[in-house]
Parts: sequence; structure tokens; C-alpha cells
Amino acid sequence: MIARRIGLYVVTAFVAITVNFFIPHLMPGNPVLTLIGKMRSQVTPQTIAALELQYGVDTKTGLWGQYTHYWYELLHGNLGTSLSGYPASVGSLIRGALPWTIGLVGVATILSFVLGTLIGVLAAWRRGSWLDNLLPSLTFFQAVPYFFLAILAGALFATKLGWFPQSQPYDTTLLDPGLTWDFISSVLDHAVLPALTIVLASVAGWIFTMRNVMITTMDEDYVLIAEAKGLPRRRVVAYAARNAILPSVSSFSLAIGFIVSGALLTEIVFSYSGIGFLLLQAVTNEDYPLIQGIFLIITFAVLGANLIADFVYAFLDPRTRQEG
Amino acid sequence: MTAPAGTVPVGPGATQPPSPVLEPRRRARMIQLPRSPKILVGLGLALFFVLLAIIGPLVAPDDPNASSSTTIGTPLPPSGAHWLGTTKVQQDILSQMLVGGRSTIVVSILAGAIATVLAVLFGVSAGYFGGWIDDLLSMLANVFLVMPALPLLIVIFGFLSRTTSPNDVLIGLVIALTGWAYGARVLRAQTLSMRNRDYIESARLIGERSWRIMMFEILPNLVPIVATSFLFTVIYGVGTYAALSFLGVISVSHWSWGTILYWAQSDQAAQQLRPEWWWFLPPGLALGLFGAALALLNFGIDEFINPRLRLAGLTGRRARRAGLPTRPRLGLTPVLKPARPGDDLVGTGEGAR
Repeated sequence: MIARRIGLYVVTAFVAITVNFFIPHLMPGNPVLTLIGKMRSQVTPQTIAALELQYGVDTKTGLWGQYTHYWYELLHGNLGTSLSGYPASVGSLIRGALPWTIGLVGVATILSFVLGTLIGVLAAWRRGSWLDNLLPSLTFFQAVPYFFLAILAGALFATKLGWFPQSQPYDTTLLDPGLTWDFISSVLDHAVLPALTIVLASVAGWIFTMRNVMITTMDEDYVLIAEAKGLPRRRVVAYAARNAILPSVSSFSLAIGFIVSGALLTEIVFSYSGIGFLLLQAVTNEDYPLIQGIFLIITFAVLGANLIADFVYAFLDPRTRQEG
Repeated sequence: MTAPAGTVPVGPGATQPPSPVLEPRRRARMIQLPRSPKILVGLGLALFFVLLAIIGPLVAPDDPNASSSTTIGTPLPPSGAHWLGTTKVQQDILSQMLVGGRSTIVVSILAGAIATVLAVLFGVSAGYFGGWIDDLLSMLANVFLVMPALPLLIVIFGFLSRTTSPNDVLIGLVIALTGWAYGARVLRAQTLSMRNRDYIESARLIGERSWRIMMFEILPNLVPIVATSFLFTVIYGVGTYAALSFLGVISVSHWSWGTILYWAQSDQAAQQLRPEWWWFLPPGLALGLFGAALALLNFGIDEFINPRLRLAGLTGRRARRAGLPTRPRLGLTPVLKPARPGDDLVGTGEGAR
């Protein structure tokens, strides 16, 4: 099963890279000129030369040759040169932003998954309690865009109440990155609001999935037997929960794309210098190589997260292990 | 953001046609949704927004772009002249809401409709034909499921918006291309469970054509799932369109609720000492409410598909009055007593049928 999934991820990565190559080529004209067509800032001849090299445009090899050349550059870790940040390479810009995003989104996603699953179990166990009345109002948080929640949270907790800082991943005016206590606490302080936003926006989905599956699972015969045997209720619920959690884990692949997309926008609102913020800068500057590089990196990150979820699934569900 | 909503894995057989009911009058109505408050609220809100999309631009008091520059650089709070206040350059926010509402709702419903058609086409044929068609289509669906949609759309629109001016149909179409995969996967699984039923087998023996079997024998049984997948994709469309316009990937002069938020954010409306709430609150709330309305409808359909979930409508107070245990024992699905006329439980009783 894992091998099959890895095959899928390889195909997906292949499709993403191919799409990434062909979209500028689908536009009429020279892709490099298309890329820099509307650049507001001055484009140096070096930029054009670098781009032509990256896309293999001037090598008289035709589309196929350009495509293979693009692969060649990619496999050597060359994502191209940023237009707005020339001569910085796309790779170096992304490397600077990626740790912030992975830290923020990773922690927030795990937090929201754990929290949502626990609340879902509780809501299924105590059907008819006040939790059930709370559920419909959660649909609002589920439906509202992440970035709007972020704007609200910023206006309320940062501007109005002043509990948390409004922007940036740490206090850039006072501190230099390093392993000092001041720096770490500043990072944590600045991460609270963005993380809270992501958790609040994504937790509802986990709650609903878990609750609905849990309700169905608790009607299974083996749960009845466990109950009849006289196992403590806590144990029974734990047994049911372990089985009910499987759909949550398998729907992870669907959810993670949404959460990452939402998190990118959250970063923008909080000027959190991660990938999302970089993406906004790339969009405003029409820095297409950077946009494309970010798309590839996000795709690979999501594929990686999916692979982890697959391993967790195989660990939780012995049936999938027997096959392989 | 609405990812796992309605991802209740529907087991084989969960969508069997409503079993023949005793009363013929009721049988006449094919799909009777449980009349829970959730559905009514959802339906009411959704209708309100659709109405808004139809008449919105007609009743907008001002041109959303027109600025009456009386004061410079400060947004005005709501007043008699501008019910929802103004932006920094004195544009009427109510007009922007009304005009932008049509675009938002048209794009999202269009995206939902196109994606649902694609999902039915791909999902049902993958499940029905099996073999290499199934392998191919499933692979395609999985690729689209795993690939993060928003960054892909940003890349696409980044290049698209320089050659064409923004146009709601095109935007809806492109969003739909990234949003059909989930529905297709669910529909495929359900078709797979239905393919070898006796009545399908006999239809095949009679010599019905494949497309007829798919459209007239299988599809009617998938209606609740198709509806869920439609609502799900519309929610996806709302969020995605808002995100794209908030980022400024789609022309920032093409009014939608996301565009208003783009301008509010770029002028730091929420970061002012006195947050200019009339600027960022209405579009955000409208987006949230429209999405919530659809999610509530989705709830109702979920409960229709999976009757076990329906008990959720049974609040502690009602249960006590009906003499049911408030905390259902594990392993048993508590069943509501058949509703008697005039009983307080009529609403829930209908649903539990």
C-alpha cells in the first residue's frame, strides 16, 4: 500500500513539475519575455540571460530539449533566479523562509488534529450534551477564510488588547536570531496568534470527521461486546476511537492542502516571513520564477506530509501492513 | 479549509433508495430532507445570498469604484449616506459588497456545478467500467487531490490574468478544474459498491447501454452524494476565489468580497489604533455566513445519508421529556419513538424515519 502511494506521489511531483514548465510556454511568445513582460523594475540583461539559460530557450533544442534541460536544472537543485531579488536565487530565498513556515504550520496542524480528534471523540461519546449544540456554530469557523480569522485575531488581540505582537516572526528590531532565551521567547510570542488562527480555522473539520465516524463505530458489535464484558467505559471508548481515527488519518491528504493554503494566507496577514509572505511578495512583484519555485516547494512539502500520514496509517491499521 | 467536512465514509449500501415507506403520500416525495433547524437556517441563508447575487448590483446605491473625495485618506464609519461606511478613498462599501457579492456567488456556484459534473463523469465511469479506465481516472483524481490547489491556481492565474481580463465564467472554470477530484473519489467508491447489484446486472442482461445504466440506474441512487459534493465544492470555490482575490492574483479592480478584503488589508484597516471594522468585517462575515449556510445544508444531507448521525438533533431536554436516556449506552443506537401527532418530537421523528 505504501509503495502504491509513493508511486502516486512520484506521479504527482512529475505532473506538478511538468505543469510548472508548460504554463509559461502555453502563453504566446517567448516564455522568458512572457515571464518578464510586465516587470515594473528594470530588468538587466543578466536576468534575461539567466532565465533563458534556466528555461533553455536559446539553445535551439526545441520544446523537448528545453523541457529536459529544465529537468536537468531542477535535479541539480536550481530553481532559477528571482526577478525581484536579482541576483538572489529562488532556492536561497525559499531556504530562508521555509523553516518559519514548517515550524508554524507543523505545530499548528498537529495541535489542531489532536485537539479536534479529542473533542470529536468527546462529542460522539456525550451525544445530546451541550457539545452538540456547539457544533453547528463551528461551521462558521470552518467556512470563514483563514485570512479573515487572522485579520480579526490581529485586530482584537494585537491592536485592541495588545496581548500579542501584530507581525513578524520575532522582534527584528531588538534581536538577532540565535539560541538565546530572549530570541526563543520572542519567537513563541509572535507565533501564538498565527498558530491560534490556523488551529481555530482547521479544528472544526477534524471534530466533524471524528465525531461522525465515532458515532458509527460505537454501534459496532465489538464495542457492544467490550461493553458487555464489563470493560471500563474509558477503555471501550479508547478501543472505538482507535478504529474511528482511521478515516481522519486517511483524509489527512485532502486536509493538508487546505491547511497549508490557509496558513500561507495567515502568514501574509501577520507579515510572518515564511513561504506565504514570500509568495505575496512574489505575486505583487510579478516574480514568476519565484512563484513557480514556491509552488514546487509547497507541492513537495505536502507530498512529504502525506507520506508521513501514510506511515502513521499503516502503523494504526494492521490490515494495510499485511499486504506488503 | 473545509476539508474533512462531510468526509463521513459512506459504507456500501448507505445510499440505498429510501426504503418503501408505509404511507404512499410520503413515498411520492423522492428525497425528503430531515426538517431540522440546521437545514432550515442553512436553506434560508443560502437563498438570501442567491437573491443578493441576483439583485445586488441592481440595488447598489453607488458605483463601487466611484470615490467622493471629501476627506482624504480616512475611511468614514457607517452613516446615513454610506450605510457601511467608506474606504480610504471614499468608495461606498455597501456598493462594493453588493456588486462583489454577485461575482463571489456566481464564481463559487459555477465552480461547484462544473466540478460536480466532472466528478460525476469521472467518478461514475471509473467505478462502473473498472479496469484500466478506473486506474487511469483514479490516478488522475488522486494527483489532483494531493497537489495543493491554491499555489497551483496562483501560478495559473498569474499567467492567465496578463493575457485575459478577469471574467467570472473563466475563473469558475479554472477553480472547478482543481476541485472535482474529491467528489469523483467518493462517487467512484459508491458506484463500485453498486456495480454488481442484481438490478444493475439485470439491466445489463436486458441490453441497456452503459451510459444509460450509469445515468438512469446508478446516478439516481447517488443523488445525496452528488448534492454533498456540489455543496462541498461550492464552499471550496468561495474560499479559493476569496483567497485568490485577497492575494491580488485576480485583478484588484474586479470586485468580489475577497477584493474588498485585499484593499482593507493593504490599507491596514485592522491594524489602525481604532480598527476600521466596517471595512473588513462585512466581507469576511458574508464569506463565512455563505459558507456556513452551505455547510449546514451539508449536515442535513449527511444525516440523510447516515441515519445514525441524526440523533444529534436530540437535545438533552427533549430526550428527557421523551423518556429516553440522555447518555445513550454504548453499542446501541437509541431509536426515537414513532412520533405521535402533536408530539414535541414531530420534527425529529420525521427526520428519524
